[in-house]
Amino acid sequence: MFDDFFIRALVAGIGIAFVTGPLGCFVVWRRLSYFGDTLSHSALLGVTMAYTFDLNIAISVFLISSVIALILIQLQKKTNLPGDALLGLLAHSSLAVGLVVIGFLTFIRFDIMGLLFGDILAVTTDDLLVIWTGGALILIVLKLIWKPLLASTVNYELAEAEGLNPDRAKAIFTILMAAVIAISIKMVGLLLITGMLIIPAAMARNISDSPQKMVLFSIIGGLLSVILGLYSSLEFNTSSGPSIIAAALILFILSLFKIKQSIKLKN
Amino acid sequence: MNSNNNILVKLNNAGFRQSEKWLVEGVSLTVEKGKIVTLIGPNGSGKSTTAKIALGIYKNIEGSVEKYTTKVGYVPQKISIDWTLPIRVHDFMLLTETIEDSAIDEALSLTGVIHLKNKNLGSLSGGEFQRVLIARAISKKPELLVLDEPVQGVDYTGEIALYELIKKISDTLNCGILLISHDLHMVMTATDHVVCLNGHVCCSGSPLDVAKNNEYKALFGEKASQILTTYEHKHDHVHSDQGEIKKN
Repeated sequence: MFDDFFIRALVAGIGIAFVTGPLGCFVVWRRLSYFGDTLSHSALLGVTMAYTFDLNIAISVFLISSVIALILIQLQKKTNLPGDALLGLLAHSSLAVGLVVIGFLTFIRFDIMGLLFGDILAVTTDDLLVIWTGGALILIVLKLIWKPLLASTVNYELAEAEGLNPDRAKAIFTILMAAVIAISIKMVGLLLITGMLIIPAAMARNISDSPQKMVLFSIIGGLLSVILGLYSSLEFNTSSGPSIIAAALILFILSLFKIKQSIKLKN
Repeated sequence: MNSNNNILVKLNNAGFRQSEKWLVEGVSLTVEKGKIVTLIGPNGSGKSTTAKIALGIYKNIEGSVEKYTTKVGYVPQKISIDWTLPIRVHDFMLLTETIEDSAIDEALSLTGVIHLKNKNLGSLSGGEFQRVLIARAISKKPELLVLDEPVQGVDYTGEIALYELIKKISDTLNCGILLISHDLHMVMTATDHVVCLNGHVCCSGSPLDVAKNNEYKALFGEKASQILTTYEHKHDHVHSDQGEIKKN
C-alpha cells in the first residue's frame, strides 16, 4: 500500500503532526522558537554527514542537533553573551558550514531546495518506519516528563521545591526537540520545521483554555495542515514544506475569528 | 540516620552567596512536625533566601541542609506566570501532584476561592491568586509547608482567616511550617519558634524570648516588643557591599 509516493508522504506527514503538536505547545510556552530554528539549521550539517558517510539521515541529524544543543548549553554557561545572540551565532554558522561542506562534496548531487523546503517525493518506506517508531518513542518520553516539564514551565522554583527535578526534564526535552527535527526534515525541510512546531500550537492557543486542550487542538491543526498542504502540493506542484506551512497559516488566521467572537461575547 | 523522627528539615550553618555577595549566612534552624517556625526581619535580610535553601532550590550553598521529607508544599513570594500557557485554577491545582477532585474542592473552599475553580489563572486578582496558591500548597497534604509571605495582597479579614487556617493546618495535618511573615501579631501568637534574620541570625527562640531580646528590639524597635504590632526598625550595624557586618 506504500507503493504510491503520495500515500507515503501522507502517512509520514500524519506521523510528524502527531509529534509536532504537543512539542510545539512547549516550544510556544517556553519561548523556544528561535532555539528550534537553531537546531533545525544545524540539521544541514547532519544531512551532509549522512551523505558523506552513508548514514541514515534522521539518525545523523539527530546526533548533530543534539551536539549543537550541548554546545549551546555550554556557551550559555561560559560566556556573557545574551541567549538570542548565541542562538543566532550557532544557527547561521552551522547553516553556513553545512552549505560550504556541500560545496566540497562535488561527487554527490544535492537537491538543495528539497533539503531546505521538503520534498514529498523523497519519503521512502524506511523513512516511514523511522518517523513512526521515532515519533512513538518521542511521545512516550514526553508523556513521562509531562508533569515536571509543565510544572517548571509554569514556575521553575515551585517544580524544584516540590521535588519534580525540572533540570532533568529540560535536558530530556532538548533531546526530544533534536529528535523531532530529525524525523521531520525530509518532509518539511530544515527552514520550515519551526513553523510546523509553532503555527499549529499558536492556532491552538487561540481556541484553548487548558494545556491539554491546547495540545489536542495543536495535533488536530497539524494533521489538517499536513493533509491540506500535501494535496495542494500535489495539485499545484509546489514544495511540500511551504504548502503545509501555508495551510497551517490559514488555520491560524481562521482561529483569530474565534478570538474576535469571544471578545464580542464578553462585551 | 535521623535521630529525631519529628525533624523534617534541618539547616546547619547554611548560607548562600550570589556574585560574591552573601544573601544570607550562618543560618541554623530545624522545622519539626506540627511546629511553626517563623522567619522575621527587614527587607533584604535573607528570609526568602533561607526558605529557598531549606527547599533545595539553591544548590551551591555553604553549610548543609538535611531534608527528611519529599512531601513539600511551597507558596513562593513572587510568582510570575507566563500567560502564553492557558491554564485554569483547576489545572494549576494538579500542577505538581495528581490529587483527588474532592481534595481540590476542599482546599479551595478552605481558602474561600471555590467559585474560581474553572476561571483562567490569568484573570484572577492578586489576592485571589494568593488564596489559590495557598490552596494548591495545602491540597497535597504536605509534611512540610513553606509559606513566603502567604497573605500578601489579601484583604484584612481574609488575612486573619488565612492565618487561622494556617495554624489549623499545622495542628490537623501535623505538618511542619516554615513561615515568612511581616505580621508580628501572628508571629507572636501562633508561632512556636521565631528566627530573626538580618543577613545572619540576629536572635532566635520562642516568640517571648525573641520579643525580649535586645537585638530584636534594636531591629524592630522598642514598641514592637511591647505591643508587638509596630513595624519599625533600627540597625545596630550596617552591612558592607561584601555583606560583612560593621558595628555602628
